[in-house]
Amino acid sequence: MRLRLALIAASGAALLLLPPPAAAAAHTYTVVIDKMKFGPVPAGLRKGDSIVWVNRDFLRHTATAADRSFDVDLPAGAKATTVIGRSGAIPFVCRFHPGMRGVLQVK
Amino acid sequence: MTKTALLCAAALLLGSAPALAADGPTDPQIAHIAYTAGNIDVVAAKQALARSHNRAVRSFAQQMVRDHQAVNEKALALVKKLHVAPEDNATSQGLSKAASAELAKLARLKGAAFDREYVANEVAFHKTVNGALESTLIPSAKNGELKSLLETGLTLFREHQMHAEQVAKALK
Repeated sequence: MRLRLALIAASGAALLLLPPPAAAAAHTYTVVIDKMKFGPVPAGLRKGDSIVWVNRDFLRHTATAADRSFDVDLPAGAKATTVIGRSGAIPFVCRFHPGMRGVLQVK
Repeated sequence: MTKTALLCAAALLLGSAPALAADGPTDPQIAHIAYTAGNIDVVAAKQALARSHNRAVRSFAQQMVRDHQAVNEKALALVKKLHVAPEDNATSQGLSKAASAELAKLARLKGAAFDREYVANEVAFHKTVNGALESTLIPSAKNGELKSLLETGLTLFREHQMHAEQVAKALK
């Protein structure tokens, strides 16, 4: 009985050590690049989430944050992953074609 | 490109010359014109990379090689898939003739004079080709995939025109 109580207490403590569920699951989202355009960016982004940039174009592009917090080179057909390291609005462009742009809204 | 040569090429591209049928160029002619224009720009960029030491000019030229080669590879793959043989025409010939004259002119220039002429011509060339894409080539294209490639090309070449204009401004 005493052992069982101790086990329950221990598992309770273990549960308490886990972060709350909302922060636990980092999500991975995809942003597709095609025909000289960035596709829609995901809503509800949080710090720690990942973006997989998928270049379906036949041209080489980059996904480059205005604050340089990420800068990925994307040859034709390539994909690359960025982890979002901060919250707030993060404008991004293709360095080669600066008319291609978007903004990540991170909570 | 001399002004006269460029104007002639522009007239041909815009369909004001009797070179193309009254109802506009055919898909095989459009494919040939687009490929020729792309190739002209790659050759010009390679000349610039061989002669210019200006960082902004070289970076622009590298982009021209990268992007126009990619478009032309895509265009070749498309005509192969569609079993279309690109057809030579007066517009392509006019463009090539004007481009040869410009290459010869640039070959006689050095340093800042070369840089200014190369970039000024790139602005003019992209302006001409973009105008032709918008007013003639895209509206005339019958095949959907060809039309889509030309539309992506126009978005891309507008970026090139802006880039060239920025470099031209910085060189003044």
